[in-house]
Amino acid sequence: MSDPRRPYVRPMAGWWRRNPFFVEYMVHEATALFVAAYALVLLVGLLRLAQGEAAWSGWLEALRSPLSVVFHVVLLTAIAYHAWTWFRIMPKTMPPLVVGGKRVAPATITACGLAAAGVCSLAVLALVLVLAGGLTR
Amino acid sequence: MKAAMKRSNAPIFWGLFGAGGMLAALFGPVLVFITGIAVPLGLILPADAMSWPRMQAFAQHWAGKGFLFAIIALFLWHAAHRICHSLHDLGVHAGAATRLACYGSAALGTLLAAGALWAVGF
Repeated sequence: MSDPRRPYVRPMAGWWRRNPFFVEYMVHEATALFVAAYALVLLVGLLRLAQGEAAWSGWLEALRSPLSVVFHVVLLTAIAYHAWTWFRIMPKTMPPLVVGGKRVAPATITACGLAAAGVCSLAVLALVLVLAGGLTR
Repeated sequence: MKAAMKRSNAPIFWGLFGAGGMLAALFGPVLVFITGIAVPLGLILPADAMSWPRMQAFAQHWAGKGFLFAIIALFLWHAAHRICHSLHDLGVHAGAATRLACYGSAALGTLLAAGALWAVGF
């Protein structure tokens, strides 16, 4: 539909490439693609698990291919970046936190979030080590 | 009066986005490392850590079932919400079709995960 007045419309294509702040915004938003990809990897594994031992072993074998390991290194990088940006933004997305009459500093909230992620990671690794180490058998 | 009665569905999707984002931030990196790097390469963890009897038992236990369901479903809802809004930032209007594609995929994945966890048995 052409407008006979031909008004000026500011082009919006590529708007986020003009400012490093917006580039970073788009990069951390794009981590969602990698979170989705990993959820799909796990979903396929779960569907294979439900189909029996042979199907499950096939999925495990596929995870051992060099291409899969490289893909998971990329996933690890992207999802670790998601974790870092998630806790960096958290002070702005959560309600103000007041302790002892003073508002908790944004840096403290970010540090607590990252520490929680570290504790969760170590706890999961330890749990898998204990379960797979044969202590329960 | 009518406008006041019609409540937005945004808090539901935002809640699922937040829950999935938090789970992905807390557990995402370590899970990718375990399932995609450590176990396939036999690093730190034994190479049979995800063997059939172990994972079957894990998926049959109520705690394992709950964990797998929460991780897969909430990761999907988190990603769907974020992708839907980023498409808007890129000039793709977040209309009914876009929302149906994003949230519909997440809903489908959630149903498939629930079905598989049911089929694994108890």
